[in-house]
Amino acid sequence: MITIIKPGLLTSIQDLGRYGFQKYGVIASGVMDQIAHRVANLLVGNKESESTIEMTLIGPTIQFHENTLIAITGGDLSPAINGKAIGTWKPIFVKKGSVLSFGKCQAGCRAYLAAAGGFSVPFIMGSKSTYLRAKIGGNEGRALKKHDAIHIGNPSSIAVKMIHFYQPQLSSDFVSGRWAVDASLIPIYQKRKSIRVLKGRHYHLFTKQSQQKLYEEGFEVSSQSDRMGYRLTGPALALEKPEEMISEAVAFGTIQVPPGGDPIILLADRQTTGGYPKIAQIASVDLPFLAQAKPGDTLHFTEITHDEAQRLILEKEKVLQELKVGIKHKFA
Amino acid sequence: MEYTLQPLGDQAVIIELGDEISNDIQKKIHLVTAYLDAEAPSWIIEYIPAFTTITIFYEPVMLARLCNHQVLPYEYACKLIDDLLKTITGNKAAEPRVIKIPVCYGGEFGPDLETVAKINGLTTDEVIHIHAGGDYSVFMIGFAPGFPFIGGMSESIAAPRRDTPRLKIPARTVGIAGMQTGVYPIETPGGWQLIGRTPIELFRPDDEIPSLLHAGDKVQFFPISLEEYKEWENDNNDNHH
Repeated sequence: MITIIKPGLLTSIQDLGRYGFQKYGVIASGVMDQIAHRVANLLVGNKESESTIEMTLIGPTIQFHENTLIAITGGDLSPAINGKAIGTWKPIFVKKGSVLSFGKCQAGCRAYLAAAGGFSVPFIMGSKSTYLRAKIGGNEGRALKKHDAIHIGNPSSIAVKMIHFYQPQLSSDFVSGRWAVDASLIPIYQKRKSIRVLKGRHYHLFTKQSQQKLYEEGFEVSSQSDRMGYRLTGPALALEKPEEMISEAVAFGTIQVPPGGDPIILLADRQTTGGYPKIAQIASVDLPFLAQAKPGDTLHFTEITHDEAQRLILEKEKVLQELKVGIKHKFA
Repeated sequence: MEYTLQPLGDQAVIIELGDEISNDIQKKIHLVTAYLDAEAPSWIIEYIPAFTTITIFYEPVMLARLCNHQVLPYEYACKLIDDLLKTITGNKAAEPRVIKIPVCYGGEFGPDLETVAKINGLTTDEVIHIHAGGDYSVFMIGFAPGFPFIGGMSESIAAPRRDTPRLKIPARTVGIAGMQTGVYPIETPGGWQLIGRTPIELFRPDDEIPSLLHAGDKVQFFPISLEEYKEWENDNNDNHH
């Protein structure tokens, strides 16, 4: 079991999302940075789809009430156990009673905590993800708060082997794994980002000038940004002529442009459908970079082809598959 | 069946069946989604139907494997969708379900009923009569969990959205916006004119199908008194606990 001593800014239980119910208007939810989430789970022997705790800018303070195998990935929020800094993107075996806390946000803005066995909250519509607005999923349908107690599930057979490996070394507060994840999987969360995008379905309806500005100028993530979407400020984008759009599905990373001209990038808590023109779509492989952008960051967009975006997905999945096999072999 | 296929990003295909909202296109959409529900191909994660489109979200890695990496996932998804749509012949869509929704009109549940009446030069009773007498169908579910986009409301009770949206509209409130009517399934902010409330839940997260209404359903509203509303609500609570 873990207990929450301080909740942090926005800390919630998420998994890869709630799928199959968007046709009923139930949003997908799920983690913002899927790569960080999946790797955190793999590092502790979980399935990639298991729940993690997503934290934002200011991390929580959490006490462990049993020896627990954990991993922290994603943005660098300066994690420490009993005040001693710990590494990220590697397994860490934590001694019962220890306290995990976070400090300054050094890079990115969202970090993920996985525990071997996952967090024991009920599946609602097949998912443990917290859907704040509908008050369902996660822990009682809300962000974590002080005094919350969350149980941890049973570790997998790989996790049990990992725990046996680390157990004898556990003399002080924690043991840190001596190996880390392939560098290609650890995104470098720079301040000035170039995010790869595909042309949207309505790109051709925008003025030539707007089409150029999308790629040539920077867009700032405004303070009115959350898990639902990032509102961007920068050059206004305009349609050639007013168009009557018929609402249709949107996706994680759709860039839509309301009449005001400031684009919105739709994210994990996006609505299922939308009626604004879609100028572009973030390439899936760059969604984790985007998820780590915070208000005030400037985004630059570069166009890639649809084929290239697909190839990048397949390559990334291959690397993840190798990591999975690698962990299995290490502890087999 | 005529349609076009276009990508939505790198993990979804939009099937577009027309460029205007019509009952004919809606029928085609229900035909396709009924088929998708029955067949449930493993490479499809899920689909989202809308007014003129069905968007299919697919598993790129599985598609690459299924075609032995001969083509990219999108190309293969399009081929499978073409094959699938070819097998759908005729237009034997199932008879639509008819869902009857009780509404307690006016009072604290419908603070804008008088406004709607005034705008249209009607009495509040006439507005209730017209609203409850309508023959409605659900075009799509979106905006919020279980929120129906309903077509078929009489123009004689149409009313523009409020200038200032309310920050909190209680769950199950029935409203009018322009030519549309709808029910808010969960508490949300919104600018609709509120005319009443239903005691029945539209969003049912504990049920296998979490939405009372589905695209393609026929809907009828019928007026109930405040006492009846309270009885319904108590019965609902009993059923839920």
